[in-house]
Amino acid sequence: MSSRDLVMARVRRALADVPRGESPSEVVVERTYLRRHGDRTPAQTADLLAENLTDYRAAVHRTDTAGLPALIARLLTARNATTVVVPPGLPTDWLSATEVRRIPDSADLTPHDLDAVSSVVTGCAVAIAETGTVVLDASPDQGRRRITLVPDHHVLVIRVPSQVVDSVPEALERLDPSRPQTWISGPSATSDIELTRVEGVHGPRALDVVLVTEG
Amino acid sequence: MRVGLFITCVNDTLYPHTGRAVVTLLERLGVEVGFPAGQSCCGQPHFNTGYRHETEPLVRRYATAFRGYDHIVTPSGSCAAMVRDNYPRIGAKAAAEGRGQELAEAAATVVPRTHELTEFLTDVLGVTDVGAYYPHTVTYHPTCHGLRMLRLGDRPRALLGAVRGLDLVELPGAEECCGFGGTFAVKNAAVSAAMGADKARNITATGAQAVCTVDNSCQMHIGGTLARQGSAVRPVHIAEILASTEEHVW
Amino acid sequence: MSGPGHATYLGMPAFPEAADTSTRDTRLRANLRHATHTIRTKRATAVAELDDWGRLRAAGAAIKDRTLRHLDHYLERLESAVTAAGGQVHWAADADEANRIVTELVRATGEHEVVKVKSMATQEIGLNDALAEAGITAYETDLAELIVQLGDDLPSHILVPAIHRNRSEIRDIFAERMARWGRPAPDGLTDAPADLAEAARLHLREKFLNAKVAVSGANFMVAETGTLVVVESEGNGRMCLTLPDTLISVVGIEKVVPTFQDLEVFLQLLPRSSTAERMNPYTSMWTGTSDDDGPRTFHLVLLDNGRTDTLADTVGRQALRCIRCSACLNVCPVYERAGGHAYGSAYPGPIGAILTPQLRGTQSALDASLPYASSLCGACYEVCPVAIDIPEILVHLRERVVEGGPVSVRGTRAVIKPAKGHAAERAAMRAARWALDHPSVLRTGQRLASRTRRLHPRRLPGPGRAWSDTRELPAVPAESFRDWWQRTRATNDRSTP
Repeated sequence: MSSRDLVMARVRRALADVPRGESPSEVVVERTYLRRHGDRTPAQTADLLAENLTDYRAAVHRTDTAGLPALIARLLTARNATTVVVPPGLPTDWLSATEVRRIPDSADLTPHDLDAVSSVVTGCAVAIAETGTVVLDASPDQGRRRITLVPDHHVLVIRVPSQVVDSVPEALERLDPSRPQTWISGPSATSDIELTRVEGVHGPRALDVVLVTEG
Repeated sequence: MRVGLFITCVNDTLYPHTGRAVVTLLERLGVEVGFPAGQSCCGQPHFNTGYRHETEPLVRRYATAFRGYDHIVTPSGSCAAMVRDNYPRIGAKAAAEGRGQELAEAAATVVPRTHELTEFLTDVLGVTDVGAYYPHTVTYHPTCHGLRMLRLGDRPRALLGAVRGLDLVELPGAEECCGFGGTFAVKNAAVSAAMGADKARNITATGAQAVCTVDNSCQMHIGGTLARQGSAVRPVHIAEILASTEEHVW
Repeated sequence: MSGPGHATYLGMPAFPEAADTSTRDTRLRANLRHATHTIRTKRATAVAELDDWGRLRAAGAAIKDRTLRHLDHYLERLESAVTAAGGQVHWAADADEANRIVTELVRATGEHEVVKVKSMATQEIGLNDALAEAGITAYETDLAELIVQLGDDLPSHILVPAIHRNRSEIRDIFAERMARWGRPAPDGLTDAPADLAEAARLHLREKFLNAKVAVSGANFMVAETGTLVVVESEGNGRMCLTLPDTLISVVGIEKVVPTFQDLEVFLQLLPRSSTAERMNPYTSMWTGTSDDDGPRTFHLVLLDNGRTDTLADTVGRQALRCIRCSACLNVCPVYERAGGHAYGSAYPGPIGAILTPQLRGTQSALDASLPYASSLCGACYEVCPVAIDIPEILVHLRERVVEGGPVSVRGTRAVIKPAKGHAAERAAMRAARWALDHPSVLRTGQRLASRTRRLHPRRLPGPGRAWSDTRELPAVPAESFRDWWQRTRATNDRSTP
């Protein structure tokens, strides 16, 4: 008997008390919890997102489409960035105001290469106001997961209001489980020393989040 | 309304004055109290130590003793919780073991009628001011089974708050277990004593003259620890405070 | 193996003896008290933010119950979804088999080093030791696991394995031990948490950048889609899950959830219960393999190792709902004083006290003592985000210890005998029950105690010392309540039997 068959046989024996013919859907799951906590206008939702991101030590900036290139340029300069990784589908005008050397994301980039890069600029899939979370799903404007991990500075652009939802349930509705996802809520942190939160371990220690008002 | 007093084995043997206080209090409130002599122990020491089968005769005894009473009142949060939470489980397990529904039915007859004293006062009698007078500074320790199994909530505090002369002071870390836990107190004596020592220090630090609970089994541990620490704080059951009046300070 | 030898849980004393030692360790007591009280308060605040916490908790429990009652169905779906997405699924009936599978998979890559994401399942099966025997070094990359590994120590908490260490102890471990495992700690390392985190970053970065094989666990596996989820804070998880060529995830079979939508419940319950955050810094989700992004090879090792035995117990089954948040540890007054090591397994605290005796059985003195490692105060049940009635299972397992009875052992139904060492207690319990069931006997005993009360010692001999060493005995009254009632009120009693 294979181990698979052995374990499956054990599972079935263990469930002898479950009536034959009971289907999983007969085990009642009441989803009476809230789809979102509170009613907010889109502007209030964006404010809450900014507030919660800030609470977990992300630096939050706000601008409009026209002001975005200059803001990104300023953020890269502030970190003394010399190189920036660029996902293949990043809107070209986002980096139009910076002279920092661009490194296109490609499969040839090794982890060591990425470790030598100053910054990365990406878009996102969706952002969750209630938890201060931004979700990346490796779409063309975000690139492979590793480019937002190894460099120490991440500039993350969220389109407001179209990419902002209130809650975790609303975010999951928008996401495609077949895509690799990274949910980011503030910069890397640890609570491993005396259960006190310290920001900055392995992921980017500087997280600049830009809320871009569409218009 | 026929009310039967379930005194509990601990109170019967070691704290009879608590039982006398319950009788005094209830009679002052116009309740006629009966004490069926067939009663004994709820079975909690056995059940919680793993001797479920030894508990079964005691479940039966409890149900038989209190047959015919509209309400069963007990000055113990953990004994009330034992009846309400665990008697149905004991009945269900006996049925599952093929020994019929008798025990489950016995449990079902007593569960809705069994009340911890403060619940009975606030929920059945509908009183919070019982006309008590107790001119002392008191801190209140909510015992675990009263707090988390019976969900007594603010009932005891509300009753104490209405007592004339009583100065209620908050106990730091009030909701932490005192460390009694029945046979836990001897099976894991070191941890039990460490928990008790912390609880006793917190109690003494309040500056209260007395520490009040709804359970004398926890009080036995708390009071024993306070005494060993040389603390002057006196353990007192809530029934004794509520029974106390100007004419007769308990 | 390049590092020092590993500590092990084997041969540990029963809980009361281990706890007796740890309650006298003032530094340990102070470290645990500080850490657990800090997180306890924060958790309460994070939970209070959500009006619907009770409903989320009920839904979390119900989703897990649905999964457990139909685990065979969901495991089959999971297997086909993971396979369809490019992953390879392996099945391990026990720890040895899981260790063998992982060792062979690592060997097949030709590598001699692996980086690890913190994983309770691999801790449970002792994977690091098994790999070491095969000449493969496993590097723990979670900060707290690193502290434990460098210190040749054992984890003592589910979320924060080095919770028993304070910052100055951690500084000393880093300064003394890092060089043996790789990049040494910076000169002049202080005990500021930020400096310690920086030292870990530097030490581990070279390992991440060179790693070819990673080993992880998972918090959730979605049956419908084959998606695995790892919830973390530091980014070490992301490093391990995305940089190496090969990823091997060892996951208990109970970690499956039916649908992607079900994550909406658990991703709200887990962070707030665990680190007391609205959301943890990083959550990774992956479904099989993706072109050019992440590992080219993905293996999922599904682990039984006693889980099906736990599943077979209709009362104990609910322990498999556990999402390893550690909220129960952080509120437990016994854990706070005994420390995690006293529980003698990867799973300390209240959840360990119900999980370990089910996964391993109650045959050893340690495992038989675990169900008694609780005052039954119920604080654990109150904070559990999936409503595991831990006190109920503790009492249920106590019964198994003292009465024996039907159990499942490695998938086979058996009837076990009562554990050894309870004969005297059983006789005493029986005698006490007999007396309590005969009120006239009880009354005789009470009267005897009252008449001799002046003679009672203040401190008891023998087993009674466990009480009287630290607590005064209550004074026996002159008259029991029963006798007082009989003397003063009996005529009023309309229900004398």
